Amino acid sequence: MDFTSGFWPIYILVMVIASLAFVLVVLVSQTKLKIKKGEKVEVTGHKWDGDLEEYNNPLPGWWVAMFYMTIVFAVGYLVAYPGSGVYQGAFGWSAQNQHAKEVESANKQYGPIYAKYAKVPVAELAKDEQARELGKRLYMTYCMQCHGADARGATTGFPNLTDDVWLWGGSAEKITETLNKGRVNQMPAFGEVLGEEKVRDVANYVRKISGQPFNEARALRGAVVFTSAKPLACASCHGPDGKGNMDAGIPNLTDGDWLYGGSEASIVETITNGRQNQMPAWQEFLGDDKVHLLAAYVYGLRANQPKDNQPK
Amino acid sequence: MDRIQKLIEENVVWLIVLTFLTISVAMLVEILPLMFSKSVTKPIEGVKPYTALQLAGRDVYIREGCYNCHSQMIRPFRAETERYGHYSVGGESVYDHPFQWGSKRTGPDLARVGGRYSDEWHRVHLMNPRDVVPESNMPAFPWLAGKLVDAEVMPKKLAALRAVGVPYTDEEIANASAAVEGKTEMDAVIAYLQGLGLALKNKR
Repeated sequence: MDFTSGFWPIYILVMVIASLAFVLVVLVSQTKLKIKKGEKVEVTGHKWDGDLEEYNNPLPGWWVAMFYMTIVFAVGYLVAYPGSGVYQGAFGWSAQNQHAKEVESANKQYGPIYAKYAKVPVAELAKDEQARELGKRLYMTYCMQCHGADARGATTGFPNLTDDVWLWGGSAEKITETLNKGRVNQMPAFGEVLGEEKVRDVANYVRKISGQPFNEARALRGAVVFTSAKPLACASCHGPDGKGNMDAGIPNLTDGDWLYGGSEASIVETITNGRQNQMPAWQEFLGDDKVHLLAAYVYGLRANQPKDNQPK
Repeated sequence: MDRIQKLIEENVVWLIVLTFLTISVAMLVEILPLMFSKSVTKPIEGVKPYTALQLAGRDVYIREGCYNCHSQMIRPFRAETERYGHYSVGGESVYDHPFQWGSKRTGPDLARVGGRYSDEWHRVHLMNPRDVVPESNMPAFPWLAGKLVDAEVMPKKLAALRAVGVPYTDEEIANASAAVEGKTEMDAVIAYLQGLGLALKNKR
């Protein structure tokens, strides 16, 4: 039992019945007065402030009838629903099992649809118009807050899902894995270790390998820092050629695509203070079927673009 | 009956006492027994008292009036549990004084917002919600980032909550100031949000 002692269900039952009985007694005792047509209404006999008296009119019949109806309703309600102690009501209703039933009937309705799509591989499902429509709705509920309604990344730091650049890989398997397990990306802060000058040197080297205008002298010095900074060189994560490592979600610095901006100031900021962001894991919350549809939708964002509109 | 009527009409003290008794019946039946009901007085598994930083964040949440637009109460309807997760249960709010259930949703429910977005997302979003959600009509709260949490009052806050039944240890109270030292109100409110509703986060 949920209550700490057996007293409380009895207490509730007694209070409920007693208050209903009380209301009934008051109602019956106060509606005895009847006035026939033409009969004169008497005053109550109370006199206030010398000459203030009140008529003792009977209550209107429709009003009394409604009052009785509310009492009948209350009795019916208490029989049908849990409202008196531990009694669960004639139909065993509870908010929890109402929810469970609602979910069950929805699963019966939508289950076959999900089951049908669960068997289709992601790449194939991405071409299915109806599956994409479903996937889009899921996307708009769970994903658009970070990746944007147009899936181009809501702002810096949140990946664009419509282009060719992937941090963790854009294959059907990798997208599904990212959705299921989530991803954590962390770039350490190097501001204190390297100091302002070396940070700017490295930033210029990064500008160089990403094909942007750069300062030659700084880039030369930056190249050395990139491969040999202690205790952790840039190259030990981003690779000696700066091409990153997709298995570990390490960004490619040479592809001209920037999660946090590619200007010198943005790169300096990234190196100085580091970056960290996270994709939440959705497997347990959404379940495999919904993740599958979402993966197909995300996969299709890129794959379904017309050939002449392919980003580089 | 006439005697009672006369009593009530002529003696205002009796009028007050009996009126009070009558209108307190609903409270006596619907609220009082809940104070002796385990499902609303005992925490469910996984529910812990707020850390000092989360508590500071919670006070920022209340001060900024977040509850005016955000409820923290997922109702047991499929339309809500599909979007937000498992419906809220009483045992999740036992350490909330006062609770933040609310009934007004201009923004989404936040009962299970913990872990749903990254810290970075919350930071960007609180600085200017439209940077991440262009359609958003939530106000920006940039000043939170520039204001440090008042570390000095934290032990008092924890002690006050202990007085109403939150099981903080002496050690936690003693360390409360150090735990929020140097943290901004932004850090605090994010810590609070990221802790919301984790106990039933992945249950369906």
